[in-house]
Amino acid sequence: MTVRKNQAQLTATEKRRFTDAVLELKRTGRYDEFVTTHNAFIMSDTDNGDRVGHRSPSFLPWHRRFLLQFEQALQAVDPEVALPYWDWTTDRTPRASLWAPDFLGGTGRARDGQVMDGPFARSGNRFTVSVRVDGRDFLRRALGAGGRQLPTRAEVDAVLAMETYDMPPWNSASDGFRNHLEGWRGANLHNRVHVWVGGQMGTGASPNDPVFWLHHAFIDKLWADWQARHPGSPYLPAGGTPNVVDLNDTMRPWNDVTPADMLDHTRHYTYDTAA
Amino acid sequence: MTTLTRRRALGVAASAAAGLAAGRALTTSDRAVAAPAHRSTGPDTFDEVYQGRRIQGAPSHTGGHHGHGAHGDGYAVRIDGEELHLMRNADGTWISVINHYEPLATPRAVARAAVRELQGATLVPLAPPLA
Repeated sequence: MTVRKNQAQLTATEKRRFTDAVLELKRTGRYDEFVTTHNAFIMSDTDNGDRVGHRSPSFLPWHRRFLLQFEQALQAVDPEVALPYWDWTTDRTPRASLWAPDFLGGTGRARDGQVMDGPFARSGNRFTVSVRVDGRDFLRRALGAGGRQLPTRAEVDAVLAMETYDMPPWNSASDGFRNHLEGWRGANLHNRVHVWVGGQMGTGASPNDPVFWLHHAFIDKLWADWQARHPGSPYLPAGGTPNVVDLNDTMRPWNDVTPADMLDHTRHYTYDTAA
Repeated sequence: MTTLTRRRALGVAASAAAGLAAGRALTTSDRAVAAPAHRSTGPDTFDEVYQGRRIQGAPSHTGGHHGHGAHGDGYAVRIDGEELHLMRNADGTWISVINHYEPLATPRAVARAAVRELQGATLVPLAPPLA
């Protein structure tokens, strides 16, 4: 059974096997297919139209399925690899071991935002950014630029306390747990972390930065934590909602998986800590 | 005295050239204010040079680009002539594919944020959606 661990607890060997597997997916072209899929959904999910991957109730089950697919691709390269998660309430500065050269590499240089160290630096010639929204082919970051701050544990706890999963109009204007976690409303958790990292992470092609997976693995864990705190709160909406993925509707692009199928993560993996 | 880099020199040249465009835009903008708008909601047209690059925004009733439909909700933004994928949120704020997780108040603010983020890089033309 796959166990997803806090990235701060990984051994040097676990870090190397994870980054090696990512680089192998990149080499074969498989990695970029994930970037393309994500960008296509982020550009087509709209508040007043069809919405699946973002700004909608299925934000959480969609990304759970997306991460599972990526994790399975990693495991096809190295069966020992699991997705780690980044608890950005704790490891909240550019000095965290997450950003060391033996793992994801650090922030970008001032001149052009280019990441200059670690396995994903352009200079290593193993991680060219090819699915992109602008002309630059190198990984960029601007960690905490402009004095931005990552969410605090207290802000996370306030969102986890929300009892209702999601509410009409089921989009970026909604009240409830999902939209506060996604960040279009309130203290802003998930969206703010994308902005804090900067570079490609701020764009629709955000999976170009491998930290995308660690960020979303933590968002996914927060969903599991929320379920544990509110066992009586179901996924909503339950049915008959135009433009929105109801509990038993299938989700694009897979068309064979529903939010109901994704509610219990323990069928696929567990976490290193109990929820 | 700093030495002009090639990029900076090009930027200066672009600014000088586009100053004329900005002048025209001002006239257009004034006219838009003077005449009653067709739609009471929605942002005005703009056309300016920002950090050496021409940014333009205008209502777009043609559906914008390659089948993405009206994601900009009838509004299109260009940077040096290339369309920036734009989206309007339910609360009236805007985002672009360059800054997708940080809503801003107007398409002009989104265009300026994209110019800052691009640091001189060109936009990749919008790709058709996946089948």
